[in-house]
Amino acid sequence: MKATTKTWPWKLLLVVILLVFAAGIWGAVQKIDYHWRWNRIPQYFLYLDEEAQKIPFDGTVESIRKVGDDAEVTLLSDNSQRLVQTVAADSINVDEGDLLFEGDTVGFVKEWRIGPLVYGLWTTLWISAVSSVFALILGLLTGLARISNNLTLRGIAITYVECIRGTPLLVQIFIAYFFLGTVFDLSRNVCGIGALALFAGAYVAEIVRAGIQAIPKGQTEAARSLGMNVFQTMADVILPQAFKKIMPPLAGQFISLIKDSSLVSVIAITDLTKSGREIITSTFATFEVWLVVAVMYLLVTSVLSQVVFYMERRFAVSD
Amino acid sequence: MIKTENVVKVFNTRSGVVRAVDRVSVEIAKGEVVVVIGPSGSGKSTFLRCINGLEQFSEGRVIIDGVDLTDKKTNINKVRAEVGMVFQQFNLFPHKTVLENLTLAQCRVRRRSQKVAEGKAHGLLQKVGIPDKAGEYPSRLSGGQQQRVAIARALAMDPKIMLFDEPTSALDPEMVGEVLDVMKQLAREGMTMVVVTHEMGFAREVADRVIFMDEGKVVEVGTPEHFFTNPREERAKLFLKQVL
Ligand SMILES: Nc1ncnc2c1ncn2[C@@H]1O[C@H](COP(=O)(O)OP(=O)(O)OP(=O)(O)O)[C@@H](O)[C@H]1O
Ligand SMILES: [Mg+2]
Repeated sequence: MKATTKTWPWKLLLVVILLVFAAGIWGAVQKIDYHWRWNRIPQYFLYLDEEAQKIPFDGTVESIRKVGDDAEVTLLSDNSQRLVQTVAADSINVDEGDLLFEGDTVGFVKEWRIGPLVYGLWTTLWISAVSSVFALILGLLTGLARISNNLTLRGIAITYVECIRGTPLLVQIFIAYFFLGTVFDLSRNVCGIGALALFAGAYVAEIVRAGIQAIPKGQTEAARSLGMNVFQTMADVILPQAFKKIMPPLAGQFISLIKDSSLVSVIAITDLTKSGREIITSTFATFEVWLVVAVMYLLVTSVLSQVVFYMERRFAVSD
Repeated sequence: MIKTENVVKVFNTRSGVVRAVDRVSVEIAKGEVVVVIGPSGSGKSTFLRCINGLEQFSEGRVIIDGVDLTDKKTNINKVRAEVGMVFQQFNLFPHKTVLENLTLAQCRVRRRSQKVAEGKAHGLLQKVGIPDKAGEYPSRLSGGQQQRVAIARALAMDPKIMLFDEPTSALDPEMVGEVLDVMKQLAREGMTMVVVTHEMGFAREVADRVIFMDEGKVVEVGTPEHFFTNPREERAKLFLKQVL
């Protein structure tokens, strides 16, 4: 047998299978006679906003001066008050000398604006990031408590981890918002971030615990035998090594958190998922929107995976 | 320098209670080199670990340089800074370079400045014969080199006592010599040493006293000449027959 077998037949097979799969879906969609409206999607990323400029008094158009793509319209009110409005040149509605009444549209200001899909993505990202930071702190403390010799600390840690891992995140979010949020008068963002952080924190705690326990006992013994105390041993010897080990699962947890954060849309936080739902109500482009939303999540998570992969290689120097 | 009085260490294992160390009383003077030998499982490591409090003993007293380890007021970290320990598996910090391995505890425990600690570290690396490996990570070193770094790391704290737990057992045969040479030099310089080892040649050459342990108890104590030529105890005779 040769050591290197040919890979291209398998790659070809993969492509064929994917194509067949795609064709199958395509055929199924054709059958239900769905009307695709992809052209409606881009405006939810970026759109040209047209804001009407209206005259605030009764008066006349004194002069119009072109400045590049814009036009400066000088308005003169009945009691000789002057006002200059700048509008897009191609949207101008008036001519010099026209008589206007209060509220008449002079023209439009055109401006590119970021659409709800991008805003939603941004919300998803910052909510995930803030939750991750809290989850990391919480998970680190809980993980340490979990392996401490103090029975009370250990008990608290175990209770927390078991409660979180034994209940669905969706229910936790409901409890955080409808129960805790009401009792303590918390905003929906606080509830959403809090629920996500508590949820991920429990999993981070288990990762941290496993990571620390995977460091050979000899490391602790060597550090302690040199006279280092418990905290110095943790901070200088155990945690740096443990972190290298738990980087991949930790990164996986945070990537999961980005996906799990879609559940906060149920308490009306306008994240990427909620934006998608809102867009569907105005476009009825259900298939397109959900596919686009999925691809956006996929892009974010795969970029992060790549970053983590790269960092792992950088960290592997001393092994 | 070291005094143990009726030290007992009991392990509660699934298969029952193990008296790993059973009423061991020894007194070791300053500058003395004591070699502890005995069959596997006889409690040598456990006894050694009781001396620096790595193992919490169940009964008895250990007094290091006048400090009683059982005393509640004793700061065990202070004591450990004075008692260096070298392990069978080296236990170097793999995420730190050789130099950082040597400076970490100096800075944290002895509160030395980075510069002073590094000066000390370089001097010790010279002494153990690997002055050019300061920047390497431990995984790049041979077993013998790693163990010498481990010895240097312990020495960097300027300990009064050095404990060795089978420092050459994990080494390839050709590397045993270089580590023993470092230990011999240390003994010549007057370091108080307790060495658990199966290197009978080393015991013969360097030890002031040999302690033979079996089943947690000190069975026989004596000078190397006495011990290796005509031991009193049957168990010691049997053991020597097997290892020599
Ligand atoms: N952490 C532990 N828990 C339970 N039993 C232990 C523990 N450490 C040691 N023992 C037991 O105590 C006894 C003495 O062990 P110890 O490691 O001190 O022997 P040793 O003389 O160093 O042996 P070796 O030459 O194999 O290193 C053995 O029976 C061992 O099984
Ligand atoms: Mg042992």
